[in-house]
Amino acid sequence: MKRFADLLELLALTPSRSRKIAALAQYFAEVPDPDRGLALAVLTGELKMRNVKPALLKQTVLAEVDETLFALSYDYVGDLGETIALIWPHHGAKDLPRLSTLVELLNTTSKAELPKVIGGLLTQAAIHERWALIKMATGALRIGVSARLAKTALSQMSGVDLQAIEEVWHGVKPPYGELFDWLEGRSGRPEIDHGSRFHPLMLSTPIEESDFAKLDPRDFSAEWKWDGIRVQLVLGRSGASLFSRTGDDIAASFPDVVEAAMGRAVLDGELLVGHDFEPGSFNDLQQRLNRKVAAPKQMAELPGFVRVYDMLFDEDEDIRALAWEARRQRLEAWFAANPQTRMDVSEILRFDQWADLAALRRQGADEHGHEGVMIKLRTAPYVPGRPKGFWFKWKRDPNVVDAVLMYAQRGHGKRSSFYSDYTFGVWKGNEIVPIGKAYFGFTDEELKQLDRWIRANTIGSFGPVREVNKELVFEVAFDSAQRSARHKSGVALRFPRINRIRWDKPASEAARIEDMDAFVG
Amino acid sequence: MSFILDRNLYVPALDAWIDPDGPKPRAIITHGHADHARSGHGAVLATPETIAIMKVRYGVDCAGRFDPLRFGEVLSVDGAKVSLHPAGHILGSAQVLVEAEGQRALVTGDYKRLPDRTAEPYEAVACDLMVTEATFGLPVFQHPLPQDEIGRLLKSVADQPERCHLVGCYALGKAQRVIALLRDAGWERPIYLHGAMIALCALYEELGVGLGELFPATGMPKAAMAGQIVIAPPSAIRDRWSRRFPDPVVCQASGWMSIKQRARQALVELPLVISDHCDWGELNQSILESGAGTVWVTHGREDALVYWCRQQGLEADPLALPGLDDDGGEGGA
Ligand SMILES: [Zn+2]
Repeated sequence: MKRFADLLELLALTPSRSRKIAALAQYFAEVPDPDRGLALAVLTGELKMRNVKPALLKQTVLAEVDETLFALSYDYVGDLGETIALIWPHHGAKDLPRLSTLVELLNTTSKAELPKVIGGLLTQAAIHERWALIKMATGALRIGVSARLAKTALSQMSGVDLQAIEEVWHGVKPPYGELFDWLEGRSGRPEIDHGSRFHPLMLSTPIEESDFAKLDPRDFSAEWKWDGIRVQLVLGRSGASLFSRTGDDIAASFPDVVEAAMGRAVLDGELLVGHDFEPGSFNDLQQRLNRKVAAPKQMAELPGFVRVYDMLFDEDEDIRALAWEARRQRLEAWFAANPQTRMDVSEILRFDQWADLAALRRQGADEHGHEGVMIKLRTAPYVPGRPKGFWFKWKRDPNVVDAVLMYAQRGHGKRSSFYSDYTFGVWKGNEIVPIGKAYFGFTDEELKQLDRWIRANTIGSFGPVREVNKELVFEVAFDSAQRSARHKSGVALRFPRINRIRWDKPASEAARIEDMDAFVG
Repeated sequence: MSFILDRNLYVPALDAWIDPDGPKPRAIITHGHADHARSGHGAVLATPETIAIMKVRYGVDCAGRFDPLRFGEVLSVDGAKVSLHPAGHILGSAQVLVEAEGQRALVTGDYKRLPDRTAEPYEAVACDLMVTEATFGLPVFQHPLPQDEIGRLLKSVADQPERCHLVGCYALGKAQRVIALLRDAGWERPIYLHGAMIALCALYEELGVGLGELFPATGMPKAAMAGQIVIAPPSAIRDRWSRRFPDPVVCQASGWMSIKQRARQALVELPLVISDHCDWGELNQSILESGAGTVWVTHGREDALVYWCRQQGLEADPLALPGLDDDGGEGGA
């Protein structure tokens, strides 16, 4: 357990992503089975300890610590697990048993006996082991480590491609003996029913106006680019899953979509909300995404649906090697055979010349607020990752606003000693009100210049944040603007990024809040 | 009940204030940290070490007059007596005992009980009224042994010889203690200092606290700093100043570092739980040992300690003194 506690502490405190990956890879390479597999399950949120709940931990600690003192301490520390680890008043001097022994102990102890067992373990452990023990037992790590980071470390440890690991991930279970056997070359790739697993997605690359001269419009098909989230709907023998683009199963948030699906297939599409297949705003979708488990009222008001644009498996047949055109035919035939109420097929846009498509794209943006169009090579197979030349996204021209820098914050990792995270705003009467926040998007030289400016123009400091003179103008591009009650300005930008620093432009010429109205759809 | 000390820590019998917030005609100073020792008093009564520290920090004429009082010596003024007793917090730090009208009142200032060769060892003092600090006045604070924390620092240095370890420490007290702990753990190589540390380290040496070979950190070639330990103020270790060192490991030595969320927020990669204050258990122990029937709690998390004192059947109240920083301020915790 000590080794795992050390790892968790390093992951919690090391700002460098590459150092975190290296530490994980080293852990997976050196720690024996089944402990390393259980550690992997803890880190990826796959280890479920049904009986260890926060209430039980609280009960355990309140048997030993005055309730008022505990409440004052919890209030101060802010994290239940950490408060318990720090406040536990008894100290033994033995090491905790290995991870697998602990997991078994906690999983096989009756609820009535658990407080005593946990109390014994807390007494036995050193303080940072207690912290790790509680984090592990409750599954609430809160240390900023994603499942993807853990898988990236597996890839680094074994030399096996990350894509390949993601492909098998949903078919393997803790403690992952089969997975490690494969990664370390002792056995073949785990056999997995496609119907229960996530298949990495094919992604697009942006297209520039100048690219079109080299491309023949007859080789390509086009569709609207939808403003929802990319999903993979896996309709298998044993049930349906709805995966986000990173492979998280979000079916519990969208039972309306999953339960209504008919037939067997693996489909690629856009998750949207709205009545009668009329997509609502991204904000509407966000309300559904915010809930881990869907509420009936929300499902009625904001019904979900999937706009499907590709097919990876037709029944059990892997059709990813087929050309897009052939897959599209299969997809349409499958829809004809399996009528759906919460899925439809993404419409194909007709055009002869690129100029026609450009006109459609402008019209779609103006009249329906479409984000842009997707352009797909008719002969392209379905290839995971971001292959060149197959799928393009042609976004509508970004919205641009001149905003004034208000606050700067230190970045993380390599940029931690630079001010590289900026809050900017626009004029509202005689004051500047914030409209968004964006990270550094400049060259190192510009960053240094900007850093100097910030240090010379600081008028207030709050921890890592500096307030600066409202004198520097940024040209900020963004995808869309929304009304927001949470912002003092009443407006929030979606995907803002800083195009350039307008050293030349006086702040008085920056945008006014009234100018933002034009962007709010 | 009336006390020989009021809630602003003014002693009528001596016409003097203890650690006053602003300039006073007569002040008794527990120790040299900026939230206790200020410049501009008419007369300052303190240990010779504290007076030396004040002169280095604020200038030789930072008070109208200095009245040194050694540990254990007693000064009598019209039937009232005042004496200073080691607080174990930093060099020269004292608890102030005032005796008058048959009553003993003790103001601890900041104090700690763990051994530390850079400060005179803490001495328990019996009293009727105790004014105690509560910087770490919550039961979540259970400080580990500082030797173990230094062990973790040295292990990190050994494991990552290509990186430079920057240890954030307050310039007075904590810096010298960390250096002394490193020396006692066998670290014989030079230790590098931020400019803000140099004068006070020199003063400690002058007052007999050996710190080994110390060098200024600035002006060294970057590559030469791999595998070295640099001591700097916490504000410098995450600032542009730190960019001169190879791939620095940001460390911080403070009692606050036991709280991981706090270390994360401060972007500290290696937190070292080394405190110059009592932890919860030591505060409890000190209060009980003093025999005081009344406890005034100040400087930190008063609520919990006041609650605990009342549970023990003691009279207890929080004291909200002006000018003391919540988080130990420069005291550095
Ligand atoms: Zn102090």
